[in-house]
Amino acid sequence: MTAYEAAQSLQRREVSSQQLVKAVYERIEAVEPAVRGFITVLEQEKALAAASRADELLEKGQAPSPLTGIPMALKDNLCTSGIPTTCASRMLSDYRPPYDAFVAAKLQAAGTVLVGKTNMDEFAMGSSTENSAFHITLNPWDGERVPGGSSGGSAAVVAAGEAFFALGSDTGGSIRQPASLCGVVGLKPTYGNVSRYGLIAFASSLDQIGPLTRDVRDAALVLDIIAGHDARDSTSVPREKEHYADYLGKEVKGFKVALPVECFGEGLEKEIKDVVMQAVGKCAGLGVQMTEASVPSTKYALPAYYLVAPAEASSNLARYDGVQYGLSVRDEENLLSLYWSTRKQGFGAEVKRRIMLGTYALSSGYYDAYYLKALKMRTLIREEFVKLFKDHDFIVTPTSPTVAFKIGEQKDDPLTMYLNDIYTVTANLAGFPAISIPCGFVEGMPVGLQVIGRPFDEGRMLQFCYCLEDLLGIKGRLATIDIKEGK
Amino acid sequence: MPGAYEVVIGLEVHVELHTASKIFCSCPNKFGNAPNTNVCPVCLGLPGTLPVFNKKALELSLRAALALDCQVNPFSRFARKNYFYPDLPKAYQISQYEYPIAGIGSLDIFKDGELVRTVSIERLHLEEDAGKLLHDDANLSSYVDYNRCGVPLIEIVTAPDIRSSEEARLFLESLRRILLYTEISDCKMEEGSLRCDANISLRPPGTEALGNKVEIKNMNSFKAVQRGLDHEVVRQTKILDKGGRVSQGTRRWHEDKGLTSEMRSKEEEQDYRYFPEPDLPPVVVDDAMLKKIKNTLPELPVARYQRLMADYGLSAYQAEIITTERSLADFFEETLHHYSQPQKVANWLLGDVLKVINLDAKEIDDTLFTPIHLAELLDLIDGEQISGPTAKEILEECFKDGKMPAVIMEEKGLGQISDTDELAKVVAVVLEENQLAIKDYHEGNKKVITYLMGNVMKITGGKANPQLVTAMLKERLDK
Repeated sequence: MTAYEAAQSLQRREVSSQQLVKAVYERIEAVEPAVRGFITVLEQEKALAAASRADELLEKGQAPSPLTGIPMALKDNLCTSGIPTTCASRMLSDYRPPYDAFVAAKLQAAGTVLVGKTNMDEFAMGSSTENSAFHITLNPWDGERVPGGSSGGSAAVVAAGEAFFALGSDTGGSIRQPASLCGVVGLKPTYGNVSRYGLIAFASSLDQIGPLTRDVRDAALVLDIIAGHDARDSTSVPREKEHYADYLGKEVKGFKVALPVECFGEGLEKEIKDVVMQAVGKCAGLGVQMTEASVPSTKYALPAYYLVAPAEASSNLARYDGVQYGLSVRDEENLLSLYWSTRKQGFGAEVKRRIMLGTYALSSGYYDAYYLKALKMRTLIREEFVKLFKDHDFIVTPTSPTVAFKIGEQKDDPLTMYLNDIYTVTANLAGFPAISIPCGFVEGMPVGLQVIGRPFDEGRMLQFCYCLEDLLGIKGRLATIDIKEGK
Repeated sequence: MPGAYEVVIGLEVHVELHTASKIFCSCPNKFGNAPNTNVCPVCLGLPGTLPVFNKKALELSLRAALALDCQVNPFSRFARKNYFYPDLPKAYQISQYEYPIAGIGSLDIFKDGELVRTVSIERLHLEEDAGKLLHDDANLSSYVDYNRCGVPLIEIVTAPDIRSSEEARLFLESLRRILLYTEISDCKMEEGSLRCDANISLRPPGTEALGNKVEIKNMNSFKAVQRGLDHEVVRQTKILDKGGRVSQGTRRWHEDKGLTSEMRSKEEEQDYRYFPEPDLPPVVVDDAMLKKIKNTLPELPVARYQRLMADYGLSAYQAEIITTERSLADFFEETLHHYSQPQKVANWLLGDVLKVINLDAKEIDDTLFTPIHLAELLDLIDGEQISGPTAKEILEECFKDGKMPAVIMEEKGLGQISDTDELAKVVAVVLEENQLAIKDYHEGNKKVITYLMGNVMKITGGKANPQLVTAMLKERLDK
């Protein structure tokens, strides 16, 4: 059942929000031991209280949004007032923010019901959720595999029916890649479309918050709630409010789609390529024009990303120094040891690796060769994108070069792990919106197809994906997830 | 010995902008509140928070740039200066680096009305202030007060154009005056709203190459800047005289001991890893905006100083004092809308008026005394309705309750006696009682007139018109 379908039942008063919440908590109790997608599950009473407020509004016909009363989850790097927000880090294991993130406040105002905070790679750094300081999350399709990352918890709980939708954050693919690996829809909006206020920063110029949902319609409905200008985020773009759900069901005839050769060549598993190309082939039936294209700068995307993102992260994560909040290790009475010990104990290996990378890239003497060069690459990528989008409406690529890999398989091989982002980082570097939708299966594991659109063209992007989703006819399979017992 | 080397000084001045709220959040920009009361998640740097640039801070920084003849950059941007310190909650300071809000400018410094030097300004940039550490030495603990975090600052960096500690002080005085005139900052060094670090090096006269420089911090008054630099000149001279090398680095001035000590050497200087602040878009300033701000700039102190001399015939000394504070100069010119003799206004302002104000350590704006008061007072004197001494008495009364001079004169019966019949009677009595003095006068001691006048004043309670009385006494004595 999608969030939209559940909302329809709520609005017809066939079911109450409280009943939905209870059902979700039963589901969590049943499957969470085999998924472990949450870091914090809210006390059921709290969720029920919010649900009963939603029920009152629904009863009076005053529902503030189409998703009023729907249980949902937030990635644990989105600040929730008084509720632990840990970034899956020992550094913030006891941290309770004094304020709500913009998106959290928006969803609350829309009458949705928060049930929990989801697991992630520590500070959103990773592609498997294995970098969580607390526990790993298992892929609901195969408990021996990772759910992807860094929003692996969000993808897993949506796929496992533990929440109707979830929010994640995407810096280099952290929404789309886990969505792909867990067989759900994951949308990274245009940079500046959703306020980052209250998103604990990883790489400020790349981070965007977006929905992970069971279908395209749900993604549009959630985006309708969370998108829009916020004066507290200076990178949030002021523009007229869009109604993304209104695009759904419109014809897509005449849309022009580019298939960049760089994303279908070396490094892509053949089975994945076949599934994606099959899906692409079906687009012809929609009257969409498909052409091969080339984005030569794609090859610079990953190196540029792994300089820009760690550089910003090294600065963003410097505030965790043990002085004001979070972990504070005071074994010796001096300032330097407070910094050393706190950061040594508080951060995991991948976070330390990226802080070191970023610190190095920004150091005097290396800045020009690394950081500045990366910025130039970024500009080049953006220019190539802009050029390509003059003649095309969308770019279509695989979301990830592989299906979900085995737990532990890549954990100690950062370079291989980084390759998971190869098709997704480009959209972040360019600031363009991108979405991953399920397009098929390889050996029973879901495969995602990525659509990249023009800046602030999420409406037509969703319109296109809605048609494609319908054509692929695999949406129904997502509701019947096989949870392996006892894992 | 001092004088054997040329002194080369450049200043870095931090100025807190006089805005209602902080530079990146809406917390009040106020000094003196209880620790950690003017704070919010943004200025505390809590995870997930983002900065929003205060438009008023931009406006004030542009005012400063224009007042200092700096070239305003149409495109500037913020950068992060990364370093760890407990008073810096994000572990980076949002500042400007590659693209400051303004570049090259200049400031003329004067001494006794003479141009001493034109000091080049290299750049002017915006940044946020850090918090303050409070040390509890008894308990070996330190506390952080974040109230000052996010207070808007401009940093003004001069070229190494300054050649003496006195010039450094003159530069600061002159800069302070401009910033006060333009209402950019309240410039209170004791509250830290104006702070100055100095770079100083020595070189043999006639050479171009700069010597090893030392940066001096912690000089908390204009006097401290001059003393600190003087001390450093002596210290560096001794080293160079012995054929040594001044070690480059940062030194701290100790006001109590009157000396500097090393904080860190050049090798220990931090790498701040500046990079463009991704949370803030570039700052774009267009001509229309600049023009608007230019139009709101008041006449600057030097221009006004020159105009007061030219327009009103004031002396350099008078013009200098009157233009020290913009409020005083405004008061002077406002008085002349109601009264026509500039010299008299200047004399009264610089004399008795300033004396009363200085007793209360106030600015003239903060008193009940207005230009209309002064004009009326001067009119009463001119009309011979009050004497000089009475005028001074009335002046003090005006400051107390703001009543008009004529009202005070009436209420206290301080009006001058100019009625010749009445005065003639008093003069007759006085002469009658002082036969000896008359004799002295006729023997050539003309000074007794003053003595006789004193007696007349005693009888009339100081209200007798002195000119009339003098004339009458002379007339009677010379008969």
